Amino acid sequence: MTPGSRGVIEVDGVTKRFGDRIALDAVSLAVAPAELFGLIGPDGAGKTTLLRILATLMVPDRGQAFVLGRNVVADLWTLRPRIGYMPGRFSLYPDLSVDENLRFFASVFGTTIAREYRQIAPIYRQLEPFRDRRAAELSGGMKQKLALCCALVHRPELLLLDEPTTGVDAVSRREFWDLLGQLKASGMTVLVSTPYMDEANRCDRIALIQSGRFLAIDTPHAIAASFGRPLLAVRTADRYRALLAMREWPHTSAVYPFGETIHFVDARAEAPPDQIAAELLAFLLSRGFSDASVAPAVPTVEDTFVARMGAPSGERAA
Amino acid sequence: MTEPFAIEARDLTRRFGNFTAVDRITFNVRVGEVFGFLGANGAGKTTAIRMLTGLLAPTSGQAKVAGHDVYREAERIKRDIGYMSQRFSLYDDLTVRENIRLYGGIYDLSGQEIRDRTALMLGRLGLEHAADQFVRAIPLGWRQKLAFSVALLHQPSVVFLDEPTSGVDPITRRQFWELIYDAAARGTTVLVTTHYLDEAEYCDRISIMVAGRIGALGTPRELKQKFSADSIDEVFVRLARPDVHPPASPSERQG
Amino acid sequence: MKALAGLLRKEVYHILRDRRTLVVIIALPVLQVILFGYAIRTDVDHVRLAIVDPEPDAITLALRGRFTAAGVFSIVAVVPRPDALESLFARGIAQGAVVFDGGLAEKLARGLPARLLIVADGSEPNTGSIVRAYAAAVIEAYERERGGAPRGGAQIVPNVRMRFNPTRESSNLFVPGLMAFVLTIVSSLMTAISLTREKETGTMEALLVSPLRPWQIIVGKVLPYLAVGFVSVIGVILEARLVFQVPLRGSVALLLFEGLLFILVSLSLGILISARTSSQRVAMMGALIGTMLPTMLLSGFIFPIESMPWPLQAISFAVPARWFVLVARGIMLKGVGLAYLWLATLILLGMALFLLVVSTRSFHERLE
Repeated sequence: MTPGSRGVIEVDGVTKRFGDRIALDAVSLAVAPAELFGLIGPDGAGKTTLLRILATLMVPDRGQAFVLGRNVVADLWTLRPRIGYMPGRFSLYPDLSVDENLRFFASVFGTTIAREYRQIAPIYRQLEPFRDRRAAELSGGMKQKLALCCALVHRPELLLLDEPTTGVDAVSRREFWDLLGQLKASGMTVLVSTPYMDEANRCDRIALIQSGRFLAIDTPHAIAASFGRPLLAVRTADRYRALLAMREWPHTSAVYPFGETIHFVDARAEAPPDQIAAELLAFLLSRGFSDASVAPAVPTVEDTFVARMGAPSGERAA
Repeated sequence: MTEPFAIEARDLTRRFGNFTAVDRITFNVRVGEVFGFLGANGAGKTTAIRMLTGLLAPTSGQAKVAGHDVYREAERIKRDIGYMSQRFSLYDDLTVRENIRLYGGIYDLSGQEIRDRTALMLGRLGLEHAADQFVRAIPLGWRQKLAFSVALLHQPSVVFLDEPTSGVDPITRRQFWELIYDAAARGTTVLVTTHYLDEAEYCDRISIMVAGRIGALGTPRELKQKFSADSIDEVFVRLARPDVHPPASPSERQG
Repeated sequence: MKALAGLLRKEVYHILRDRRTLVVIIALPVLQVILFGYAIRTDVDHVRLAIVDPEPDAITLALRGRFTAAGVFSIVAVVPRPDALESLFARGIAQGAVVFDGGLAEKLARGLPARLLIVADGSEPNTGSIVRAYAAAVIEAYERERGGAPRGGAQIVPNVRMRFNPTRESSNLFVPGLMAFVLTIVSSLMTAISLTREKETGTMEALLVSPLRPWQIIVGKVLPYLAVGFVSVIGVILEARLVFQVPLRGSVALLLFEGLLFILVSLSLGILISARTSSQRVAMMGALIGTMLPTMLLSGFIFPIESMPWPLQAISFAVPARWFVLVARGIMLKGVGLAYLWLATLILLGMALFLLVVSTRSFHERLE
């Protein structure tokens, strides 16, 4: 299989160790052109390490990775001008203004803002009112947009974004994803990592990553649908006590808070959902939760993540 | 403490030169409530919390925490509250046990009390085997849970949590929230900030700060109804950019 | 009280568990005492003495023998005329000289006082006065042995002159060395901080991922600081001249050039130090320790290098400040030029190139 035939990004059995800690454990992945691909997982899962390897900043201990058909280890100098990379923490110069930061990154890649204006215009327009403000004085959302601009200014063929939405408020996060959608629509391939499960739904495909391993790689819809078991949502005013009570029910496989409700998964593989719901409701009523209601719930990516995770990071699977 | 409110703030304000970080906020938190204190970065949350924890004196307005006035009894407040932040919680180069002992000592617990509570805490968290490990060797999720427990070591009546579940996996986050519920069930009042808006739904009531003011206050359900939103995320968006994202009309919501 | 005890205990744990700091705290004083102990010697051995003896006779030969026998001096040259001294001093071959007049023995035989001239290199702090004192002591001892003059007064009268620093201004002695001291610390700090600051803010990642090659990044860091450093050099020289009235007998242009070269060496040293660490604090400490100590002790700025045990003398060859102090003293006090300073200049140039190449090599094009 020739490199580049499977996609813009190809990761083949990549392993990376730091001392005796395994950051990536023989992971494989392919990202197609103009795909908006999400790497979803908590801190320490391996997202940053994978992105750094793809950005030619680190070398895998085992396995290979190809970007735009080129080997990330051997061809780093030809690849670097073609990749747009936005590291975590934004890496902007705090004492330079918006314009100065942009101009610097443009120059380092051998171009100018004027030449690339059309490319960055939609984002830059939002920054324009602050063009002379120092980067340190920008809000989180603005910094994020500026960093994106700086990553785009040299017209890369591919964007690698490391947790661009972490710590940023909900509104800016939305606007940022809108921008990513626009970029994808214009043909850009984007690989973005995030710890927020709800952002998974804005991607074409996602990979769930945990402790250096991929739990699933597919479209968000397919991953949610792969939940495979009936999922019920319980509503009641006294959620905590209801949670504790349900833990004591013999048929409980998993029960956890989920937004307004509590999600419940039954241990019995073959039981029909209606029956489970009825039994659960009866149980809750018998325990004094008179306002309880039980309804079927549509599984989300997060539900699948929780189910596939097994045990939280660092613990051994039960 | 006989008052019904664990935290009371009235027209609480803080200015830094010309800049008003917190602009006359008013809210109350009941004893045993889990209160979500939300807002974008720069909206004034951190400043408000600093005033409530006795770290910063307000410019004007009034506030009481655990029955103590923030102006005159700041030191008493510090002794009666617990605090945990994402940026710092425990010392990396001390063991779990040493950390607990340190905080126990700082809050004036007796040797016996420290020993008893340490055993209880580690048992509940399932961390007995890690008691003599350095905190840096413990996975992030466990560290967060441990930090929370340590914040509760001296049995404060109010505990402030600043983005306690940042970056942690979904299961650990939920375990953490169960610890919060458990504390609340025992009568501890919890004020928590978070960027995970689904966690907002776990709270009894929430407030959302926008540009130094409280833009919304109520139970999650009340707010969703008021702003015709399906999620707190949407409430946030409608609040912050009412011109760009106007509340949906009823017919829109059905469609 | 319990809280305080707890806090104290915690601090002790921090100290004991931070291996690196612990090593520094324990090892550094020991090291320093040894270094300082050996380096701080204000007495001078093996003073290089030149003799000007136009008419060697029994007395001059006897005296010359006494100088050698004293164990303090080594005679490095015997010349017939004083004008040869100029070059000997300029090149640093001689640190002192004894100039005999012709016909010494004859004058003494006739009962006339005989003068001889003791010249000491006043551009080095201790050497000058010590040469003077020792030489005078040797002569005095010889006199006593001879039985002194018939009329009871001293017959051989030493006349002392401090070459290059006739008024014996201590500022002339210290300021050139002080210039080196200040310039090297500031320059190495500047680059050390600049690089590690990029690492700490995370912008280094963005730089690395760009088409910029390591050498470009390094040159981009060094050049602006070179310009800033140049302004420092000018400032420091002006201060030396105007405030301390240190003479500038040689070429200003040469001094500026050498100053620039010296700064380049220090900047490169700063880069090398920061290539190894990503913490600004560690880089700063490294820069300070790596430049301040060696410069203070081993550059000849305060303590004469010749008096040190040979291992330290060997190490001093690797201290850039040592060469710059030589150059600065040479140009400012002795008024010499490249003809005499070519070796020091070449060494500084070599050091700059070496450090730049090594730091470029150790500057990874990746994060690890």
